[in-house]
Amino acid sequence: MLTAILVMAGIAVAVGAVLGFAALRYKVEGDPLVEKIDAILPQTQCGQCGFPGCRPYAEAIAKGEADINLCPPGGEEGVKKLAELLGVEPKPLDESHGVQKPKSVAFIDESLCIGCTLCIQACPVDAILGAAKQMHTIIAAECTGCELCVAPCPVDCISMVPLKEDVGNWKWKYPVFKLKQVA
Amino acid sequence: MEHYLLLLIGTVFVNNIVMSKILGLCPFMGVSKKLETSISMGLATTFVLTLASGTSYLINEYLLGTDLFYLRTLSFIVVIAGIVQFTEMFIHKTSPVLYQVLGIYLPLITTNCAVLGIPLLNAQAQHNFVESLLFGAGGAIGFSMVLVLFAGIRERMEAADVPKVFQGTSIAMITAGLMSLAFMGFSGLVKI
Repeated sequence: MLTAILVMAGIAVAVGAVLGFAALRYKVEGDPLVEKIDAILPQTQCGQCGFPGCRPYAEAIAKGEADINLCPPGGEEGVKKLAELLGVEPKPLDESHGVQKPKSVAFIDESLCIGCTLCIQACPVDAILGAAKQMHTIIAAECTGCELCVAPCPVDCISMVPLKEDVGNWKWKYPVFKLKQVA
Repeated sequence: MEHYLLLLIGTVFVNNIVMSKILGLCPFMGVSKKLETSISMGLATTFVLTLASGTSYLINEYLLGTDLFYLRTLSFIVVIAGIVQFTEMFIHKTSPVLYQVLGIYLPLITTNCAVLGIPLLNAQAQHNFVESLLFGAGGAIGFSMVLVLFAGIRERMEAADVPKVFQGTSIAMITAGLMSLAFMGFSGLVKI
């Protein structure tokens, strides 16, 4: 009886030790390709590509199930970067999934808001603050400009305001070289 | 040498694990809808089964002996589950392609009764180490072969005009029975 218990315990400990060792030794960190693609995508989580967010789209690209030109917020530049990463020919943005717009954030006209919380439910990044029957407002720093909150609003009090350039988001422009035709 | 060859052929054809011992029917019915998945399942099973029969021989011989023979089933289950888990991690790290091919079928093998059955049969027949390995490999090859054959038949059957009451699993069961009958033709091929 005691030997039986000891033998079973021994087997269990041995198997557990081997598995524990293997879990550390053969640890696999996610699919590195998905991470890289996800880093290029704009993280607006807008779903215009037809996937429920940027990461699922990245996974679909990595598996080869989705084309690289379905992301309007990323624009032509994003398509180019993806093409470079994946070693395929860049193609024009697929207009059927939307067109590229200047980066903007949502703005709630607070005098019109009735506090219905519909926009809160629609927001993929939790950038809208508010409660039932209380006026809502947008946390501009969190807003990705995905426009998903515009459609559900029953009183049309949400508008998209293009981001103005200020010290916070100003970026050095890429240098443009004028090429001269020599011959 | 000849004895080993006969043992291998015998387990693949004559004592086929699915067709004559009727073990491992759940993956045989469940994973035989498409040819590609059945090939993956066959590969994964072959891998695990060969490993499991070797390991369980060692456990049975050196750990359990004759006093603790009643622990066979229990300890084999633990070891097989461990092997499957270890194999999954190892393959995931070393060969992502193979991992993709085997995919979900690798963990499924834990609950495959053929994988438990073969080590138990090994212990019952008192095979030595090489015989155990060959018996495991042979059983796995037989399982894979039958699985792939059956998947091929089922793919054809999709297009066949089957009477409504027999459609789906019932015609698959009947086909499996017919295949089993056909495999009876191998009996007497090898005497062990």
